[in-house]
Amino acid sequence: MKILVPVKRVIDYNVKVRVKADLSGVDLANVKMALNPFCEIAIEEAVRLKEAGSATEVVVVSIGTAAVQEQLRTALALGADRALHIETDLNPDSLQVAKLLAKVVADEQPGLVILGKQAIDSDNNQTGQMLAALTGMGQGTFASKVVLADGKVQVTREIDGGLQTVELTLPAVVSTDLRLNEPRYASLPNIMKAKKKPLDVKAADSFGVNLQSNVKLLKVAAPATRQGGIKVESVAQLVDKLKHEAKVI
Amino acid sequence: MAILIIAEHNNQSLKGETRKVVQAATAIGGDITVLVAGFNCAGVAAEAAAIAGVSKVLSADNAAYEHQLAENVAALVTELGKDYSHILAAATTTGKNFLPRVAALLDVAQISDVIAIESADTFVRPIYAGNAIATVQSTDSIKVLTVRPAAFRAAETGNNAAVETIAVVQDAGVSRFISAELTKSERPELTAARVVISGGRGMQNGENFALLNGIADKLGAAIGASRAAVDAGFVPNDMQVGQTGKIVAPELYIAVGISGAIQHLAGMKDSKVIVAINKDAEAPIFQIADYGLVADLFTVLPELEQQL
Repeated sequence: MKILVPVKRVIDYNVKVRVKADLSGVDLANVKMALNPFCEIAIEEAVRLKEAGSATEVVVVSIGTAAVQEQLRTALALGADRALHIETDLNPDSLQVAKLLAKVVADEQPGLVILGKQAIDSDNNQTGQMLAALTGMGQGTFASKVVLADGKVQVTREIDGGLQTVELTLPAVVSTDLRLNEPRYASLPNIMKAKKKPLDVKAADSFGVNLQSNVKLLKVAAPATRQGGIKVESVAQLVDKLKHEAKVI
Repeated sequence: MAILIIAEHNNQSLKGETRKVVQAATAIGGDITVLVAGFNCAGVAAEAAAIAGVSKVLSADNAAYEHQLAENVAALVTELGKDYSHILAAATTTGKNFLPRVAALLDVAQISDVIAIESADTFVRPIYAGNAIATVQSTDSIKVLTVRPAAFRAAETGNNAAVETIAVVQDAGVSRFISAELTKSERPELTAARVVISGGRGMQNGENFALLNGIADKLGAAIGASRAAVDAGFVPNDMQVGQTGKIVAPELYIAVGISGAIQHLAGMKDSKVIVAINKDAEAPIFQIADYGLVADLFTVLPELEQQL
């Protein structure tokens, strides 16, 4: 069985983002970029399924400018077998990404698609669900455990009140939550080997998907900053402040 | 304009988030219909009919919707949704699960986690873990939105809208519910609590979370946790507050032994008053706390419980 893992290049999660002065967006010039943390977990899960003999091949795919090849190489160094770069200068939103991925699914016929539950830049949490909808597949979102058996996959999902387990017919879409696994680091020999692994590049135009979004970004502003607080000296003073100044208890 | 809201419930009772979504919908303006999709959920439909501003409740009561599997609920909502200008659900794990599926089936974008409504087509939402606030305008024929409950107050009750039963059954047949393991708690729900007290890695182990119990009891507070505390196995993951956990905006948030990573702040920085208790005076949490106490939590917590 083949596993398809869509991955995204995003701003590194430790970077404190800055909003541009003209409110047109977030300043990404000279900022450290990385694999989206949830995508790393998706790669790790796919590689583990391959190591366990449940999968035969792990294919990673990313959409964007030539820069995303850096993240695809990282994915290859982590154990993916080959990569596909869908090249575009546009910044497609979740629906367009899902449409492109649906075409890749039609070409590659994977038994399982594993992706992150959300990208830490747009915080949308949509692409996996949309891809499942467009391909008619079942979805196991926010997965903290994935078990393959008898042409089905059992996915334990993190839900608001606790955990829920569902069983999906394959092929299916799984989106990863943080606790699914702990991603490995790429070793230097594997980083070197990854340079020789196949990486195909296709133009996004060749997929016949309209990449124009119907959602227009009007402005991006910095959030309201909180008033600087004070430090209290003792518990007594804290309780007094909460009772008489903030009046919250 | 006609607005469809999908109710959040557990087949027995309506969750408070739905009233907040109704409040958000009143800012769009138009007729509000609430869909209750579940099994043996007549009580939920009656509760939904009592929310002020709701003009009609649709009840889809069938075993296919009992566990609100995304495949079945999305097919139902897609079929009904074609007649509406807006489709809304709460940005809970349930809403986040099925609504993007609906949007894709309707071939429209979804706007996630809306925190303010500027007009019928212009919405405000946080991006980059809440470090930037985007205003977006949608020209899609149907606007599909998840609404962040913490950003809206709950609509009043006291209404008596008509409940209409719909017989549409959608069973995609690709998914099956196996089991659920729900965390039992006597305390208020994290996302609805007026006061939240959270522990982080500084709590050192799960047993020490008991130190928060007495304080939570006295304040009627819910107990939360940082990701570090969850990952270390101190507490279950549904207690996690942050970008990837729950987003809360209580009147009082007390962070105990939490350093204040960007991802945690994303889940609580809209709280009205923030208190930080940490022995590291340099911890980032102090930059956003209204009241900070630099001290060892193991001496402070018993003292605090006593003085409340």
